[in-house]
Amino acid sequence: MNKRILIWLLCLAVVLALPFGTDALLGRSWVRLLDFALLYAMLALGLNIVVGYAGLLDLGYVAFYAVGAYLYAMLASPHIGMHWPLWALLPMGALLAASFGAVLGAPTLGLRGDYLAIVTMGFGEIIRLFLRNLNITNGPAGIDLIDPIQIGGFSFGSSHSLLGWDLPSIYSYYFLFVVLTALIVLVSYRLSDSRIGRAWAAIREDEIAAKSMGLNTRYLKLMAFAMGAAFGGISGVLFAGFQGFISPESFTMGESVMILCMVVLGGMGHLSGVIMGAILLAILPEAFRPLSQFQQITFGHVWLDPANLRMLMFALALIMVMILRPEGLWPSPVRRRELHPNDAMPASAQKEGP
Amino acid sequence: MDIFLQQVINGLVQGSLYALVALGYTMVYGIIELVNFAHGEVVMVGAMVGLSVIERLAARGDTGWGVIAIGVLVAIPSCMALGLGIERVAYRPLRKAPRLAPLISAIGVSIALQQLAALIWGRNYLHYPDVLSNPQFHIGGAVITQVQLVILATTGILMLLTWLIVQKTALGRAMRASAQNPSVAGLMGVNVDRIIALTFLMGSGLAAVAGVLVGTYYGVGNHTMGFMLGLKAFTAAVLGGIGSLNGAMLGGLLLGVIENLGAGYLGSVTNGTIGSNYSDVLAFIMLIAVLVFRPSGLMGERGSEKV
Repeated sequence: MNKRILIWLLCLAVVLALPFGTDALLGRSWVRLLDFALLYAMLALGLNIVVGYAGLLDLGYVAFYAVGAYLYAMLASPHIGMHWPLWALLPMGALLAASFGAVLGAPTLGLRGDYLAIVTMGFGEIIRLFLRNLNITNGPAGIDLIDPIQIGGFSFGSSHSLLGWDLPSIYSYYFLFVVLTALIVLVSYRLSDSRIGRAWAAIREDEIAAKSMGLNTRYLKLMAFAMGAAFGGISGVLFAGFQGFISPESFTMGESVMILCMVVLGGMGHLSGVIMGAILLAILPEAFRPLSQFQQITFGHVWLDPANLRMLMFALALIMVMILRPEGLWPSPVRRRELHPNDAMPASAQKEGP
Repeated sequence: MDIFLQQVINGLVQGSLYALVALGYTMVYGIIELVNFAHGEVVMVGAMVGLSVIERLAARGDTGWGVIAIGVLVAIPSCMALGLGIERVAYRPLRKAPRLAPLISAIGVSIALQQLAALIWGRNYLHYPDVLSNPQFHIGGAVITQVQLVILATTGILMLLTWLIVQKTALGRAMRASAQNPSVAGLMGVNVDRIIALTFLMGSGLAAVAGVLVGTYYGVGNHTMGFMLGLKAFTAAVLGGIGSLNGAMLGGLLLGVIENLGAGYLGSVTNGTIGSNYSDVLAFIMLIAVLVFRPSGLMGERGSEKV
């Protein structure tokens, strides 16, 4: 048991030291990247409830992110002159996103999963269309000068000094996001083993069987969908406060696919896997940046721009993971068994692979 | 000018294009119960391949419908090969996998095709060259152009052809049998894998024609054009009853007309581009409404899910 505590303490130390180490080794822009990676981790964890736990495909997840972000941007900026505090807007963002999720999910969740996928995909585009065209959201220009996140008297937007350490804004955000990510992980973890979580697993594995066992599948699916949406809304609120500026272009279909890719690549339903996927995919494009500089220097021309290839890579990753390793790179043991039922059998009884 | 009649004509033309794409969705769904998210992108590839060919010919000074026809004739085999490839690589290995897997793979294919097209043709809107004189005809206060007439005629013929193939030939019987029950069809000597491949082949061929026609009609092509078009065609397929050929045709025409009437009377017609802001929302609302009130569609069969 002591070993376990030791591992936890070690993890905690790494998480606490990470921004300082990154800053020293790679520079301040990478700390900012870490902040974004954590935001994506929260989003991916939210989507994981929908896709990983309940087995529903949401292709417009970024729409809920947008709902949260625009809520904060409109009610905490000079845009319409309101400056509401975070503690009011965070639950509001979650609630609003969840109600959007419920409105969208209610008609489709009684039907086959394919319908939900395409309806969410359409919704993702439609909401961007509205954001671009409405006056209240300031159209394609977006909203800027959004208030930085503030808790009590502590503003995350400015530098602080702590015990003689200089603590820039991106550091404070890092610790805030770490705490919130940990909270979401905790909620997700407790959910997965709860009555609801087990019901979701049953629905995911065989919906008809789950229904026959007396589960109210429609209600349970709606629950998963709305809960995932709520986490999306929360991440959105944080994103708006952190970034200080948002526009409809931050909420494209590409983002939805990227978040989906994080969940799928990491391992649907497995929290560590999903977090790993999120951090990996958030950092990867930046890590590939030297590649184009290298091309520029050696060939005098950028032949393959990683920024343009990013989406292609994600898309190909989705296909390849589904075909070669559907449980993801770091799967949960349960999901592994689910997808490879033959593994338990003796080799002679195995049929040809899937 | 009679706005109502004009909008109905425009709607029928647009709707017949939706119907052509919807056929691809509905045929594939009928047999393997998969929403082929990449179908819209196949249409896009058809439009872009057609555009490249037409551009090449127009640069030599060729004009007239022959140029468009050559564009279509090159686009069809390209899209067929693409459709076949997609089925082989991304869907066939997942036929026995859990439901979520082919859906995720399908969205992967869709995005991958978009990005590949962006690499090949760039990210800007490309213009179809002017190779047609496109005379206009007047009927009862409304105007119909030659392009519109050709679109109506072509889609009409293709829909009839598709219907004949599916209803009257041995191949069509095998398709319908595979849709009803793949394993029993297999026992009856139908090579289901081959039938599925042929279904993708037919759907992609229709998509190619639709792509070039859409490009010719609206005058532009872009790597993202397949997205909304696909979404609307899917809406049309659902509206008509997914899995039903007649339903897809009816749904397409209906959606086109509703969308155009809506756009016409909301007073927000945007000329030139495919997506007028309001009609996009209208189509989406229709999709939700159909799913709420009649998920089996206008002509689809009501029934419980196959186990």
